[in-house]
Amino acid sequence: MDSLSSLQTPEVAARFTRLKERPVVLDVRGLGRSFAGEQGPVTALENISFEVRRREFLCVLGPSGCGKSTLIRLIAGLDLPTSGQILLDGKEVHGPGSDRGMVFQGYTLFPWRTVKQNVMFGLEMRGEDKPMSEREALQWLHLVGLEKFADSYPLQLSGGMKQRVAIARALANNPRILLMDEPFGALDAQTRANMQQHLLQIWRNVDITVLFITHDLDEAIHLADRILVLKPHPGRIHELIEVPVPRPRSPGQVNDPVFRATKAHIESLIHPPAPLVKPNETLPLFRLTQRGDDVE
Amino acid sequence: MSSLLTLLRPLSKRARLGIGILSFALPLLVWSLVSYVPFLWHPMVRVATPGDVSWFKEGMQLDKADFERERSKVAATAGVVPTGTPANPIFLPAPHEVATALYSAFVTPPVLKGDRWLHESLWQSIQTIFWGFLLSTAVGLPLGIYCGAYAAIARLSEPVIDFIRYMPAPAFGALMVAIFGIHLEPKIAIIVIGTFFQQVLVIANTVRKVDPALVEAAQTLGAKPRQLVWKVFVPACLPDLYNDLRILLGWAWTYLIVAEVVGVSSGITFFINQQAKYRNFPNVYAAIIIIGILGLAGDLLLAFVGERLFAWKTLRPSLTRRLFQRLLGNRTPLFTGEIPKED
Repeated sequence: MDSLSSLQTPEVAARFTRLKERPVVLDVRGLGRSFAGEQGPVTALENISFEVRRREFLCVLGPSGCGKSTLIRLIAGLDLPTSGQILLDGKEVHGPGSDRGMVFQGYTLFPWRTVKQNVMFGLEMRGEDKPMSEREALQWLHLVGLEKFADSYPLQLSGGMKQRVAIARALANNPRILLMDEPFGALDAQTRANMQQHLLQIWRNVDITVLFITHDLDEAIHLADRILVLKPHPGRIHELIEVPVPRPRSPGQVNDPVFRATKAHIESLIHPPAPLVKPNETLPLFRLTQRGDDVE
Repeated sequence: MSSLLTLLRPLSKRARLGIGILSFALPLLVWSLVSYVPFLWHPMVRVATPGDVSWFKEGMQLDKADFERERSKVAATAGVVPTGTPANPIFLPAPHEVATALYSAFVTPPVLKGDRWLHESLWQSIQTIFWGFLLSTAVGLPLGIYCGAYAAIARLSEPVIDFIRYMPAPAFGALMVAIFGIHLEPKIAIIVIGTFFQQVLVIANTVRKVDPALVEAAQTLGAKPRQLVWKVFVPACLPDLYNDLRILLGWAWTYLIVAEVVGVSSGITFFINQQAKYRNFPNVYAAIIIIGILGLAGDLLLAFVGERLFAWKTLRPSLTRRLFQRLLGNRTPLFTGEIPKED
């Protein structure tokens, strides 16, 4: 931890000081969730406490089984905690609501609605009048660069475009926080990199706080102000890291020493160095090629 | 040939059409062979000249063995032997006879005064189906949707519906006559009973299959429970609901014949029974075939309409779809099938 904060340049350190002066949007206190299992209850999350401040970009990172998705579903109100509480602007959360927008990993655009009608969904639920919400929807589509596709159906869009519409749909509702559950997990590497740039650009231009879940270290470091690293069985907080990589971020920073040091630090948290095979133990091996056909 | 039997490969347009025609042509071929090739079946003899057999009449049909016995009796007394041609039983008319009947049944006036013409009988049947299915759907569709969306409503209604579903609809015949009289009403009631209970369960199941992720997404966008039902569940499964109704309409047709013998026999069933009584079997076949044609034509029409109604599912540009979208007042610019290019 200390090694990482020593990497912060004065500008980055000043940003973090300013960040800590902003009001808390999301306050998670002693959150726990256990499920009924065959051999007694299984704890998915245990004693999770953290705060997200206004316009912060927080990534939640951890290996599979550490309860990342459970955490974001609890915050979205799609699942109920067994202990602890979630406060949004100081008010406790009970059930889903339009103050927390969510972008899912799978594609959840409504296939029977055009792109524009998808973005209008939240406004329609609130009873906004139609011409007004149509204008607003087009504005959000413009922001994600898809106004040309306003009258297309989701079936006609590529995966990356679908997720951009999903972001526009969530933002059109004017939520306090945007919850993103591995939104780019199903995309190919190139599209994924583009989407990360898109998202950072949107985040810069819109007054929005982001909680972003991922299992990809590069993605987390590239996007986040702070990274909440979880460890599994049961899901607990490992460490809350302030990312020392300066903004604005660009894909080229992957090779910066600061980026690499951050990555090395998180990697050592997630994968503690341990020999996989003990020296005096050998795996049983069969030779399935011809002798003289060696590759090494 | 082997390419026709490859798994998971759709048939070419030509193969689809050819095999589709074959599916009707094959049964017709078997029927024609049995009817026109004398040695294949023909267990009867139709008398051409009675000869000296006192009880034979021209045109009468009897078993081959009986005919042979009488013939040899007459032959033994050196009388005039009767002649006859091999024939099929009267309940199996040849294809051309049925084909003629398809036309002549419409233009032949009913035997008894006051009986209905064929087209009148058909119209009565169609009305019975229409009102029965409409009444059933008017209640069954919303109830099914609520059962699919709310577990409590499903638990309240599904056990008892499941129980009634196993009672054969015709069993309610006498009861319906007691309640509704002897005319069309009890028949419509039988169709409702036959359709409604299946309908609720089938529709509830379809609604339950809606992707829960879509429902969750709608919840995070602020949709309330009522809005979830009508703005997410229903539009998400509307194409499937439409197909369910198509299949259920087919079931309603199968209940038609039992429904129409309840009380005063009516509609196409009355026509069929009457023609069978006069041993006019080509007309019986003609009437049955007309029911099949009406059912299939209706279903094809609904399938055609459905494919064009749900643009987002098929994404095939079509003139008919534009027409429907105009009719339904969809104000978004019409989908032409062209996808704009991203910059």
